[in-house]
Amino acid sequence: MNRKILHNADEVIIVENLTKKFGNFTAVDAISFEVKRGEIFGFLGANGAGKTTAMRILCGLSIPSGGKGMVAGYDIAHEQEKIKKNIGYMSQKFSLYDDLKVWENIELFGGIYGMKDIDIKRKTNELMLQLQFENERDKLVKSLPLGVKQKLAFSVAIFHNPQVVFLDEPTGGVDPITRRQFWELIYDATAKGITVFVTTHYMDEAEYCDRVSIMVDGKIEALDSPKNLKNQFQATNMNEVFQQLARKATRADS
Amino acid sequence: MNTDTAIQCQSISKKYDKIEALKDISFETEKGEIFGIIGPDGAGKTTLFRILTTLILADNGTATVDGFDVVTDYKEIRKRVGYMPGRFSLYQDLTVEENLNFFATVFNTTVEANYALIKDIYQQIEPFKTRRAGKLSGGMKQKLALCCALIHKPSVLFLDEPTTGVDAVSRKEFWDMLQSLKTQGITILVSTPYMDEASLCDRIALIKDGEFLKIDTPKNIVKQFEKTLWIVQGDNMPKLLKDLRAMQQIKSCYAFGDSHHVTVEKGELTMDILKEYLVKNGHSNVCIQSIVPTVEDCFMELSNR
Repeated sequence: MNRKILHNADEVIIVENLTKKFGNFTAVDAISFEVKRGEIFGFLGANGAGKTTAMRILCGLSIPSGGKGMVAGYDIAHEQEKIKKNIGYMSQKFSLYDDLKVWENIELFGGIYGMKDIDIKRKTNELMLQLQFENERDKLVKSLPLGVKQKLAFSVAIFHNPQVVFLDEPTGGVDPITRRQFWELIYDATAKGITVFVTTHYMDEAEYCDRVSIMVDGKIEALDSPKNLKNQFQATNMNEVFQQLARKATRADS
Repeated sequence: MNTDTAIQCQSISKKYDKIEALKDISFETEKGEIFGIIGPDGAGKTTLFRILTTLILADNGTATVDGFDVVTDYKEIRKRVGYMPGRFSLYQDLTVEENLNFFATVFNTTVEANYALIKDIYQQIEPFKTRRAGKLSGGMKQKLALCCALIHKPSVLFLDEPTTGVDAVSRKEFWDMLQSLKTQGITILVSTPYMDEASLCDRIALIKDGEFLKIDTPKNIVKQFEKTLWIVQGDNMPKLLKDLRAMQQIKSCYAFGDSHHVTVEKGELTMDILKEYLVKNGHSNVCIQSIVPTVEDCFMELSNR
């Protein structure tokens, strides 16, 4: 593995004309973009715009029908296993195992990513301190409130220090205060150099991103910083930008 | 009891093992009102809906729906309410049309008899009427579920998180549909974790950890916000957050999109002093403005107490 080159690269995700077809249906239609190292990149779009399909390709879970791309320095068409080792992932729907204790979940994920036992132990202690979680260490994950669970899930997703972490609606249903604490964890992660690729339906969260792309019917219709997008669409907030663009959508999700 | 009352809840409590899902919940909704239960996952919203739709029993307290008791008159209530649970609960292997006919038949009516009520919504999914429900898109499933919940012309409609996971455009469309149902005199109890939807309700209850923090109109809730609220912006937003929190007079500080919201006890601090402090700490392009709180600000303030 040529790590040196990877870490010098400015872009952690590069895609060009990425396309995914299911039969006659073009879910992702020749999208191109780059995500810079250490950036928070918001990946927005209406239900059915093709976000999940694109994200699955970037995570090495699906093979593109056309176009090319690199994630964490590896080819999305040929090096899926290497991609998986170098990224983190969490979603609202699945994040941790409910029937395992907090420390068991951490050990499991650390082990899956090939971390050494000694490193897992040391980092677990650090994490418990950082999250003020000492009392929760031996609790089953299912006994934790949703917001707490999501904060832990994020910490587990970046436990193996991936180059980039993919977050699929990480804050859905989370209470407003915890939702904000969650974003502060994201800021801390980017300060350590981890790149964040995130989807959300909360438009105020789009404002926390360095850059935002908005997908409509399989294509990227807009990509810029929230500030520039608001100027471009003469909007006072990202919700107005989103409403203007996504309203044009002709297809719904599957 | 007031005959204009659609739902009445008196001291309802419910425990699951040791967890108190609902603690002494009381409220009333008027007929024809859109009443929102606003709060995060795990606050007790679904438990409340299941008690009111007679699917589970409360441990304590009494409740009536359309004048009928949820325990003794449950059969009567089931005829009169429409319920759209949070999880898609139609028959996946039946087509759109078959699902609708099935629900009409179960309630001893026909699709034709109440077609006027669902017409506007149903027309949007009619092109797919021979498609199996399991093969519909999320937005279409939601519309079909609403049609099925309405087909027996219920007097009270229970919608448990109808817009969760739905994009911002579809959410707006869904709320437009609710406003038009309201004009037909149907009472709507709707729950949501999205605080921005609160302003679309006539009245709301803010719920957290099984307790109502407040019940009122969205406007009144905003009016009762007791602290001074400012937005603060600057070039380095993460550092700004930390420095604001370090200031003793600042009660709370949270990121809100492109600015930070700061609460201060009335009269405790002036904008000039704050600005001076921030500039001294190296912040540039500092902008401080006074704003009217959102329901989300109120929720956070109430849950911080």
